[in-house]
Amino acid sequence: MDAESIKLLSASLAIALGALGPAIAIGLIGSKAMEALGRNPEAADKIQPAMILAIAFAEAVAIYALVVALILKFV
Amino acid sequence: MHAVSIAAEKIFSIFTWFPVTNTLFTCWVVMAILIILAIFGGRNIKEIPSGIQNVMEAVLDVLQGVFESILGSAKQAREFFGIVATIFIFVLFSNWFGLIPGVGSIGFFKEETVSAEEQTPVTETTSEITPEKPTENVTEATESKPETETKGQETGHKVEFTPLFRASSSDLSFTLAIAIWAVLYVQYMGFKHLKFGYLKKFFNFKNPIHAFVGILELISEFAKMVSFSFRLFGNVFAGEVLLVVMTFLVPIIVPVPFYGLEVFVGAVQAGVFAALTLVFLKGATAHH
Repeated sequence: MDAESIKLLSASLAIALGALGPAIAIGLIGSKAMEALGRNPEAADKIQPAMILAIAFAEAVAIYALVVALILKFV
Repeated sequence: MHAVSIAAEKIFSIFTWFPVTNTLFTCWVVMAILIILAIFGGRNIKEIPSGIQNVMEAVLDVLQGVFESILGSAKQAREFFGIVATIFIFVLFSNWFGLIPGVGSIGFFKEETVSAEEQTPVTETTSEITPEKPTENVTEATESKPETETKGQETGHKVEFTPLFRASSSDLSFTLAIAIWAVLYVQYMGFKHLKFGYLKKFFNFKNPIHAFVGILELISEFAKMVSFSFRLFGNVFAGEVLLVVMTFLVPIIVPVPFYGLEVFVGAVQAGVFAALTLVFLKGATAHH
């Protein structure tokens, strides 16, 4: 296995495995938010911004993995 | 396919020692647009607004409402409004400017010989993303690295396409700069509201657990800088790469939903940047 093919393989593995955790996290955050909204629809103005914020935090980790994959591929 | 580069490409130099990259140039253009908008909107302010003043007041009103709902207090929203609204509007315009047709596709070709110091821009032509000689570009992308490293080779020509404009948020320098300023602003507000009691958040020696948490908080301030910058950079740069790849694969109709995704992502990332800054500000100025 030469360096070029390992680089290619690791780039794809980086983003594939790196997006696994955040995907599950965002799904959990969304489901808990839906649950909370279902129990108390009046609190929607408090739940929604907090949900979006939490999703942004979780997504940032996926973006870190993407940046690593891009660096492997293009640098 | 057009070789994507993470680093911004230099397009000209001022006084021959200050290199200006295409992202810096785009940043200046966006700043000029915003400043001109602000000057024209702020002229002849009337009691009953109309025209540009009306639009701006509506935008600022909406922003004030959103900040209030995040912070929970109108007074704090008014206090932090200046910097955070500027961050939001600047990042939003920078993100969206990168999607305007012409940005990233209008540029010029640089013909480079192997001796890396000499760079003679050959022709300044407006051209599409795919250059006239696709095969040459493919080989140039893989050969450019070993070519520039070995100096004793024969002079080969490689033709590189440099876009004139490029979304400034796709440059890590831009996002890192805004991130550092945002975190420094949070610290400044913390000191302004809590005076030196703000340091109790980081250096708390009541018991070992508090001391450890304090050190973690200190490290987390730097982690915030990294996370802010990489979140925005990753989203915008990945969006650029996605659009280039999609346009290369299927040039007709298929890139349109991805374009819509990029518009959405640009707005969301600007909003998340501002919202997170507000949340950190609220945390930093909260009386324990």
